Amino acid sequence: MPPLLFYLFALITLGFGLNVVIARNPVTSALSLAVSFVGLAALFLSLDAYFIGTLQVLVYAGAVMVLFLFIIMLMDIKSEVLGGKANIAAIAAGVLVAAILALQVATISNQLPHSQDTTETASLNLSDAAKSWEARGKQNLPTISRDLKEGTLPDAKLMGETLFSKYAFHLQLVGLLLLVGTVGVVALSKRDKEVSPS
Amino acid sequence: MITLNHYLIVSGILFSLGLAGVIARRNILIIFMCLEMMLSAANLALVAFSRFNLTQGLPDYTAQALVFFTITVAAAEVAVGLAIIVALFRTKQSVEVEAVTKLQG
Repeated sequence: MPPLLFYLFALITLGFGLNVVIARNPVTSALSLAVSFVGLAALFLSLDAYFIGTLQVLVYAGAVMVLFLFIIMLMDIKSEVLGGKANIAAIAAGVLVAAILALQVATISNQLPHSQDTTETASLNLSDAAKSWEARGKQNLPTISRDLKEGTLPDAKLMGETLFSKYAFHLQLVGLLLLVGTVGVVALSKRDKEVSPS
Repeated sequence: MITLNHYLIVSGILFSLGLAGVIARRNILIIFMCLEMMLSAANLALVAFSRFNLTQGLPDYTAQALVFFTITVAAAEVAVGLAIIVALFRTKQSVEVEAVTKLQG
């Protein structure tokens, strides 16, 4: 990805992310967060994570933010009144803690392995990957090695291979979690008819 | 040139923004949105590490599987959290954190 595009999408992500924090109207915050997530999805694509980028747009910018907007509009929340008592202590604490954290990240990031690699110097080596993939014997999935030999990255296929072989049990646990979550939400939002007649 | 550092710094700033929002804002819904932002920032760091830690010429898909699970758990968390916020709004008629002081005794 050209550096200019990286800076553009990083600016979109961070700028709209800042707007989420400072906007007074919750609807503005929610829409800014959706745009920020789209920028983040573009950064995922620049890291050759096409499946995760798609998931980010579908799940976050699509489903989660629509849910947020539904709830905000359902509750009909007014934006915070201008000139209301600003909580100076909380704002100062927020800015201070965030600044300390950003400083820590900036300090350690130079000492990490691969920290000076670019996507060009650490480029994907698909022909190597194809060879090692074909040497896997029974576990060799022909569709993946065919894609690798043709020189395209079968991102979603590799992701699926990882999820359904190495993490098959965890995937089922997550499915159970989603089921429990759904049942829990129904139980939470059900009104008790016998207890409170008001 | 864009290095791993650039991605990590973007991720760190995004996480810090979310943290500042969680601490400074009083609207529960916006605090919740900032939590989502922090989760996404962690996802960005994970994907960046996965891309630069090449194993046999391919990105490290273990990290991306973790990101997949994070996104799923975040979606479940949003559903449950919003249901709790709606229940709270029904009893308190407010989404300000100051309205929820019952646990303070």
